Amino acid sequence: MPDRTPDEILKELQPIFQEALDEPQLKVTLRSNAANTPNWDSLAHIDIIETVERHFGVKFALGELQDLKEVGDLVALLILKTR
Amino acid sequence: MTRPQEKIPKGYLSLMIPSVSSELAALSPVDLLAQKRSLRRKLAARDYLQPIRIAVLGGSTSSEIVSLLDLWLLESGFSPVFHQSEYGRFYVDAVHDTQALVDFRPDIIYLHTSVLNVQSFAPLQASQAELEEHVNSEFSRFEQIWSSIAEKIGCIVIQNNFEFPPVAILGNLDAVSTGGHTRFIAELNRRFTLAAERHSKLFIQDVCSISARMGLDHWFDRRRWFSYKIVTTLEGTRELAISLNAMIRASYGKTRKVLVLDLDNTLWGGVIGDDGADKIQIGRETPLAEAYTEFQEYCLSLRNRGILLAVCSKNNEEIARQGFEHPDSVLKIEHISSFKANWDAKHENIALIAQELNLGADSFVFVDDNPAEREIVRGQVNGIAVPEVGDDVAAYARIIESGRYFEQIAISKEDLERATLYQQNAERATFETKFGNYGEYLNSLGMTAEIGRFKPVYIERIAQLTNKTNQFNLTTRRYTLAEMEQIAADPDFIGIYGKLSDRFGDHGLISVVLARRDRGTLHMDLWLMSCRVLKRGMEEAMLDAVVEAAQQIGVGTIVGTYLPTPKNGMVADFYAGLGFLPYHPLDAVLPPGATMWTLNLAGYTQRNRHIKLMEHANAG
Repeated sequence: MPDRTPDEILKELQPIFQEALDEPQLKVTLRSNAANTPNWDSLAHIDIIETVERHFGVKFALGELQDLKEVGDLVALLILKTR
Repeated sequence: MTRPQEKIPKGYLSLMIPSVSSELAALSPVDLLAQKRSLRRKLAARDYLQPIRIAVLGGSTSSEIVSLLDLWLLESGFSPVFHQSEYGRFYVDAVHDTQALVDFRPDIIYLHTSVLNVQSFAPLQASQAELEEHVNSEFSRFEQIWSSIAEKIGCIVIQNNFEFPPVAILGNLDAVSTGGHTRFIAELNRRFTLAAERHSKLFIQDVCSISARMGLDHWFDRRRWFSYKIVTTLEGTRELAISLNAMIRASYGKTRKVLVLDLDNTLWGGVIGDDGADKIQIGRETPLAEAYTEFQEYCLSLRNRGILLAVCSKNNEEIARQGFEHPDSVLKIEHISSFKANWDAKHENIALIAQELNLGADSFVFVDDNPAEREIVRGQVNGIAVPEVGDDVAAYARIIESGRYFEQIAISKEDLERATLYQQNAERATFETKFGNYGEYLNSLGMTAEIGRFKPVYIERIAQLTNKTNQFNLTTRRYTLAEMEQIAADPDFIGIYGKLSDRFGDHGLISVVLARRDRGTLHMDLWLMSCRVLKRGMEEAMLDAVVEAAQQIGVGTIVGTYLPTPKNGMVADFYAGLGFLPYHPLDAVLPPGATMWTLNLAGYTQRNRHIKLMEHANAG
């Protein structure tokens, strides 16, 4: 199966972010992070990671969790892990 | 989460929003996360929520447990406000820097701690005395917390005991050696148990058992500990929230009080009306019978601790009662505080049970193996809990238990006597129930039927259904397979079968009508249906098919006969219900109690409103 593109992954992530950040109209970009996105507190972050893991059927290693700084990192990691 | 709640006029939404009872329990963790905030908005918009102030003092990050507990408490009818300590500051906030906690004026303080918060495990080479010393020192830290709270606040304290450690370095010896962490936790938990007997406002959340039920490997998530300082998996946190909600409900007297039980394939195996009381699965003879016996024992043990039992079953009452006279039946009729076995909708019977017991149906738990019955009861009865018990009796008790509906914080003498008391008081009053639109419910089932003329591929099933159906069977005539095959080929007979499926699954071939042409009249020699799909509109859909077949051969009148048996009383008025008129032909010789009915087909309009018909079916 060919790699999923960043756009495809990002599209799949949008509803997860919209619910976790409680912003139905929100569109995150690869550069979105906790500092530049409303409501992205620590609980929202945990909810996002838990949902993404279950939605994509992947488990992030501790080191991978630590390196997630912005949405782009998450997208890149998901491309790698769903390969 | 931080956005203000939308303002909604009081008294308005409680009428509009369907009950959300039991919805949370049915959600998988991922669905729960995917709807957490929208669910919260929906639940918080309901009326008459009871305010409650809860302080969570955490040995780990408490935001996740608080967010889930918040949802469950909202569903229970509370409107919770939370105060959270910084992670790891539970001792300091409760014993030294108490002002913030005192100012919050909590109704309940939850100490959210874990084995990872234990400070002084005994060393590997500890003597017995050293072990006790270390347990004492750890215990006294918690005792100081409880005493400080009792002195300064005086509210209820919920303190968890501890799960066993994530690793047991001594293996099996860890549970035995004085230096084993597993043994240390066992000793510490015992001290907590004894403390709870002394402190009247201290209640122990049994995390040792909760984690054991999940399995420690599913309980701990070390990544989440290192990343967020959360001890458990999301699933573990969910179990904590469910158990806490149950404890808080119990301390506010909101424990559920009644277990409402279906009969066939719920309390015993088989269909008593069809199989007969001597053929139901109960006792010790087969694995299935044994499992039903154990489930009855479970129900009886609930009754013995004060939970009332009620029966709500689609059955003939007299036949249903015979199930309790079965020599192997653990439950006897006197254990049942309210008994409803008839052919009315279950939500109507539950309203009658509530009336008889003088209890709100929101204190009921309803158990039925039939998903469609669960669905209508959940949709029509406000606040009732309807666990998804499935249809395997081996799992019923575990699934009911996991809902923690009957949690108590203490067992009183009254609890032990309650069952008898209610039984004496139960009134056998009846009243008209008015519930929401039944048609809407039927539409929501997404029913599809295949109705057509007998086909060779179905003949065997048609003969089988014909010979085993006793209740919904107008004439109870039996035919061998060979006779059925012969009839299928006879142009004077019209055989129609019906198959039904809905969004819960395929019921298969569940209805058979056999009509015989005699000049200008069509006689219904046979009309039968499985009771499982009673009052779904299948009766009307089958009539439509009969009428269509009659009109195709130029017949203008249908004649139906009801021949009573000890088991088919439920269809005595079947033809009358379909608009047939009583018919008394002069030459007819009928057995006692039998009736004949006729329907003139002029101007007949289609009756089926709720079932989608598969189009190719009539062509065969």
